[in-house]
Amino acid sequence: MIAPALRLGKVHKSFGRTEIIRGVDLVVQERERHAIIGPNGAGKSTLFNLISARFPVSSGVIELKGADVTGLRPFEIYRLGLSRSFQISNIFHNLSVFDNVRCAVLWSLGYRYSFWHRLSGLREAGDRADLIIEAIGLSRRRATHAALLSYAEQRALEIGITIAGGAEVILLDEPTAGMSHSETEEAVALIRRVTDGKTLVMVEHDMSVVFGLADRISVLVHGQIIATGSPAEIRQNPAVREAYLGTGFADA
Amino acid sequence: MKALFSRSRVIILAGYLAVIVVAPLVSQKGYWLSLLCQIGIATIFALSFNMLLGQTGLLSFGHAVYFGLGAFATIHLLRAVHEHSWGFPVTLLPFAGGVAGLLFGVAFGYVMTRRAGTTFAMISLGIGEMVAASSLMFPAFFGGEGGVSSNRVTKASWFGITYGSPLQMYYLIAGWAFLCSVGIYALTDTPLGRLANAVRDNPERAEFIGYDPRWVRYLMVALAGFFAGVAGGLTALNYEIVTAETLNAGTSGIVIMMAFVGGIGFFHGPIIGAALITVLQIAVAGVTEAWPFYFGLLFTALVLYAPGGIAGIFAEHRRLYDAGQLGRAMREYLVAAVPFALCAVGLVTLVEMAYALANTTEPGSAPLHVFGLTLNAAQPLGWAPPAIAVAAGGALLRAVFRRIAGRRETLPAALRRRQA
Repeated sequence: MIAPALRLGKVHKSFGRTEIIRGVDLVVQERERHAIIGPNGAGKSTLFNLISARFPVSSGVIELKGADVTGLRPFEIYRLGLSRSFQISNIFHNLSVFDNVRCAVLWSLGYRYSFWHRLSGLREAGDRADLIIEAIGLSRRRATHAALLSYAEQRALEIGITIAGGAEVILLDEPTAGMSHSETEEAVALIRRVTDGKTLVMVEHDMSVVFGLADRISVLVHGQIIATGSPAEIRQNPAVREAYLGTGFADA
Repeated sequence: MKALFSRSRVIILAGYLAVIVVAPLVSQKGYWLSLLCQIGIATIFALSFNMLLGQTGLLSFGHAVYFGLGAFATIHLLRAVHEHSWGFPVTLLPFAGGVAGLLFGVAFGYVMTRRAGTTFAMISLGIGEMVAASSLMFPAFFGGEGGVSSNRVTKASWFGITYGSPLQMYYLIAGWAFLCSVGIYALTDTPLGRLANAVRDNPERAEFIGYDPRWVRYLMVALAGFFAGVAGGLTALNYEIVTAETLNAGTSGIVIMMAFVGGIGFFHGPIIGAALITVLQIAVAGVTEAWPFYFGLLFTALVLYAPGGIAGIFAEHRRLYDAGQLGRAMREYLVAAVPFALCAVGLVTLVEMAYALANTTEPGSAPLHVFGLTLNAAQPLGWAPPAIAVAAGGALLRAVFRRIAGRRETLPAALRRRQA
């Protein structure tokens, strides 16, 4: 049997005496699009921060493609093929769009910390960055400083940086947060395009996005996963309906 | 290879080289050459400092450590060359200083780079103090108060160049300054150089694209240590004596000022700052003993009103030129020049009066000469005219600058209109 792309076993996380994540088990198969939903404060972002090693787990185990990655640093996990985006755009503000993306392709192309390669001579890195920029629709903004981009453009760049290194497992944290309806539609099309053939785990509030994109959905409530299943199963699940009572979940 | 030898780059390099070669021919006076030597050394030192501040976002309060230790290493090697009649060429001695700077960068960088921001700044300050203190604790190496001296003319020479004459020494400094500037510039166009910028902007995100920000900072500190060490090595050869002053907080402070005044956001900023501050240190210090005061004033004013430094001011006026508004800006400056002069004359008079009063030994009399006038700072009424000049000039200047600032707001629009 092939190891799942991502597996969490009995993951706990406490901040001080407050337990935010209370024993999460989660399996995401390769090439699956998996959404994590749940009411505000359920611990979705914390769960992402644990998987991507932004925070250390209090206990439990995290496996990436069958390998134990618990306790590794973020850049080590990235090098093993997991890349994430952030809910609040987390970009390199004083660099151009092109440089933002180019920085994100350098490690995967093996240039690491090189100070003996001439960056502008690295055609491969430049071409790959341009492909990504085209894919995220920012070709016209290629030379613009990231700080000067509009909100939606920064969100697109955020995704571009995340996927640029070619990671096989992609974590997107509320990729459409704060977007208008038309911007959301564009973002969904973009996510579908750039995560083709990859494993995607996303936290998302917008139920139309979730049910449109996800193969499987996990529902996180009070730090525990109360249900995992296909969109249809989740829609019918009484526990989920109760957790979302009065929030318009049933209409989604 | 096209980008490497682009036309504008060739022009800039050729121009830079031409300035370096021709500069000593401008004046035959001895101090001119010694000024140029100091500028050359300061240029390397300031560029090295800005590899950390401008490029990696690390403010070091102890950058003189690498400069000074590079200088001491070089002077000791020079002494050894004399003592053992080694054939080590003097031309390459600054490289030894660089290696020393690199090694200390490797050693101190390991402790310093764990965190950026305030932590880094504080640790750099602490290490600076530690090294400065050890210079007094180990007189065998640092030579105590008298320092360590030697003679740069050795038996080994290439093509008969002994660096006995100041002009030869100048060209040695100039050659190293050219090589180091090109090297530091080349470093900005490498994966590490760009990642340093990324770590400066957002160290957290750098971790999520595969990079350990600490390792990026560490490499940059080590490499900056190398170039600072080369500058130190040149200083050792230039003066043929190295004292503890080369690695103390004062030297660390000057290089911060050079980078800031020149503009840390521009590669050429520290070069401008190094030249300007070196000139000011020598020129203004000869005219008034209040020069540290004016120096502080200039620094404060620049950080407040032109945070981009002199290079930033140039860049802004280039934008004005592109928008076709440079002529108008110049006319505005002409208008502003009158209240500015009033304010400046008043301020200088006040400062000089205060200094005269502090230095007088006779009660009731503190004569001083400013702007061709003889004043007596001991008379209270004498303070009124300059004080009024400062107040009136300041108020007028404020009004003028408000008007200018109002117009500048519309600059991006004008720029777009012109481009369209």
